[in-house]
Amino acid sequence: MSTISSPTGHQLPEEAIGVLSADGFIDPTESAKAFVDDATAIDHERVAEMYRLMANTRRIDEEGVNLQRQGQLVLWTPSLGQEAAQAGAVTALQDRDWIFPTYREHVMARGRGIPDEKVFDFFRGAVHAGWKPSDYNMQPYTVVLAAQVPHAVGYGWGIAQQQRGWTDARRAEEGRVAVACFGDGASTEGDIHEAMVFAASFDTPVVFFIQNNYWAISTPFEVQSKVPLFKRAKGYGFEGFAVDGNDPIATAAVMDHAVDHARRGGGPVLVEAHTYRMGAHTTADDPTKYRTSEEESQYAQSDPMVRTEQYLRRRFDYTDAFFDEIAAESEQLAVNLREKIVDAPDTISLREKFDLVYAEEHPLVDAQAVAFDRWMEDEDAS
Amino acid sequence: MKIFTLPDVGEGLTEADVANWMVKAGDTVTVNQVIAEIETAKSLVEIPSPWAGIVEELYAEVGDTVNVGDNFIGIKVTSTAGDDDDAPQAPLVGTGPKADTPGRRRRRGRPRAAAPAEAETPVASEPEPAPVPEAAAEPVQKSDLFAKVLAKPPVRKLAKDHGLDLTTITPTGQHGEVTRADVHAVLEADTAETTATSTAPVAAGESESIKVTGVRKATAKAVTESYTSAPHISVFRQVDATRTMEYLETLKKHPRFENVRVSPLLVLAMAVSQAALNTPQANATWHGDTYSLHHYVNLGLAAATKRGLIVPNIKNAHDMNQLQMAEAIQELTGRAREGKTQPAELAGGTITITNIGVLGLDTGTPILNPGESGIIAFGAIRQQPWVVNGQMEPRWITTLGGSFDHRIVDGMEAGAFLADVAAILEEPALLIS
Repeated sequence: MSTISSPTGHQLPEEAIGVLSADGFIDPTESAKAFVDDATAIDHERVAEMYRLMANTRRIDEEGVNLQRQGQLVLWTPSLGQEAAQAGAVTALQDRDWIFPTYREHVMARGRGIPDEKVFDFFRGAVHAGWKPSDYNMQPYTVVLAAQVPHAVGYGWGIAQQQRGWTDARRAEEGRVAVACFGDGASTEGDIHEAMVFAASFDTPVVFFIQNNYWAISTPFEVQSKVPLFKRAKGYGFEGFAVDGNDPIATAAVMDHAVDHARRGGGPVLVEAHTYRMGAHTTADDPTKYRTSEEESQYAQSDPMVRTEQYLRRRFDYTDAFFDEIAAESEQLAVNLREKIVDAPDTISLREKFDLVYAEEHPLVDAQAVAFDRWMEDEDAS
Repeated sequence: MKIFTLPDVGEGLTEADVANWMVKAGDTVTVNQVIAEIETAKSLVEIPSPWAGIVEELYAEVGDTVNVGDNFIGIKVTSTAGDDDDAPQAPLVGTGPKADTPGRRRRRGRPRAAAPAEAETPVASEPEPAPVPEAAAEPVQKSDLFAKVLAKPPVRKLAKDHGLDLTTITPTGQHGEVTRADVHAVLEADTAETTATSTAPVAAGESESIKVTGVRKATAKAVTESYTSAPHISVFRQVDATRTMEYLETLKKHPRFENVRVSPLLVLAMAVSQAALNTPQANATWHGDTYSLHHYVNLGLAAATKRGLIVPNIKNAHDMNQLQMAEAIQELTGRAREGKTQPAELAGGTITITNIGVLGLDTGTPILNPGESGIIAFGAIRQQPWVVNGQMEPRWITTLGGSFDHRIVDGMEAGAFLADVAAILEEPALLIS
């Protein structure tokens, strides 16, 4: 794959759209021409909001690792390094749009106002799903790779049916979009292929939002795909973009365009945000086993938080007062979360979870519930 | 006192070894301060303290294996859960004064607020850190997933070579990176401390008790099992490897082998892989009622690493040409040295080489790697007087030693196997690949 070196040392495909340098100067890539104006027109309030989402989440993310190490969580999935991509995406959406996440979209969950403890209840294994999807127009975290993507396309199909015959004006005003989040690892799953074929065939209003973080647990991206993922879109018959996912304003501008295109009935769009998973895949993973510290330190230089902070300071004259306030706020969020999470009881029992898998009766789940009861009786007897 | 029991820090782990305690009884700890490193079957993991308080008891010593759920540390809790160590400098809510302790988070370019000293007595009886220059003001205590310390590669190497964890070094670099000078400062401090406080090692004339853990434990178990279950026979054969030595000189000059290490081990590895196909009894697994003859070779190479002896293997070695084999050996031993051997590399071996010649040894009776029926000891290659065509000549002589599982291999197969290996060392032109 032909690549160019961004100012950050981050290897991006040459078609990648990037606007900011690693230290927050406006320094667009060759391919960014069509998006530079939109990206630099993003006002300071949105950039500040993106920074707030990123900073709050990074502190909570860190607390997630600590709480797992302290036995409070079964697992934690750090989003460290991927914050800008998610912030750009979630701020491109209207509240009426639906998000279909993986298990790492912590910035997007925050952008939707989902309280931290609901996300953490999921990782405590204390609840069935964490939050009620229709309260936030965001599906529960999906651990099964790629399963959420056909769901998103199906939902998008429903939207398309509903909006049949709408005028352009009404679409722009009330139209809805489904965003399917997935990663470079899931891109290899068959579900993705089926979802993309279907989305193209029926012009569903879906944005395929890929966070390519270069590592599918221990499988590097160059093994995962011989071409950048955005190029696949062309084969399915819709548009695909590559963007520097550690550049918040470039990602925001490209996502704005993609969402708008889908909203107006133009069919699906694919956005591949090139980012980097700076931490472990999960708390059960040890990245030192498969990648070098040199690689990690190289990517550390393209930290999206640093870039966003520098841009706010340089372009909009944001000062320490703002960043101190956000840091204090983030700290307080972590303290509050710890109070709510440590030694908190499960909200439902394991047995009750069988009743919540499907809305209606399901013979397979019923049989599993019976087997579970029998097993518990044996346990009690012994 | 609250007792913290060892959690499952992975998915389904049942135990972990204590690798390091960062605290001792009497120490004051803050929430999320790293208190210990534990080594699980998967990795080295840092444990952050769940509470702020004073350490009362450590329930295990370094090297002990602790089961998940067992007592780990006892802490006399001195503050509520809300009293996080990493509190901002200005109190945000009415949870009272907070100890201003070292933070974990990057706070770039933020001026340190004038210490809000009014009535801000720390809860814990922790001394205020002495005033230090700005750059050195925030020593880090990080949880491993977030320990993205900036440092140039040579500095990283310097720290690693001296066994220093970069996250424990105070960075003074222009961009917050750890500099060479920072590492030297720690090394000097360490030396000073050692000379000042270290107790003498166990005196001559006394015995020292060593806890059996980790790789040592695994090795002990494996060799005992193998030695007691498989009846070993050992055979030896002297070989004139002069042609091999000449051949290697030629190979080293070949442009295709420019970037790879070429050694007698390469020829032996090729020879053993071919011989194993000819005499599959030496490349077999005993099951009891049946045994498997393997018609492929996963060639194990015994490697001494910092953590102990491990035997990773080269998969499908029989299919490799010499360049592929040379590269495979280099990669396998390189990863072993760096401690990055993957679990898959340790599984599925069919036959093993132990290269004891590098230790200056002539031969030995190695113990079979469990599940295998052959292991070859490669002795040192020395120039010795040798009779060639009735004349005494200086030649490069080595000794091959082999141990075999007598349940599968009799003297005849052992002899045939070593004869095949010897033939190639005597005439590497027989390597037709």
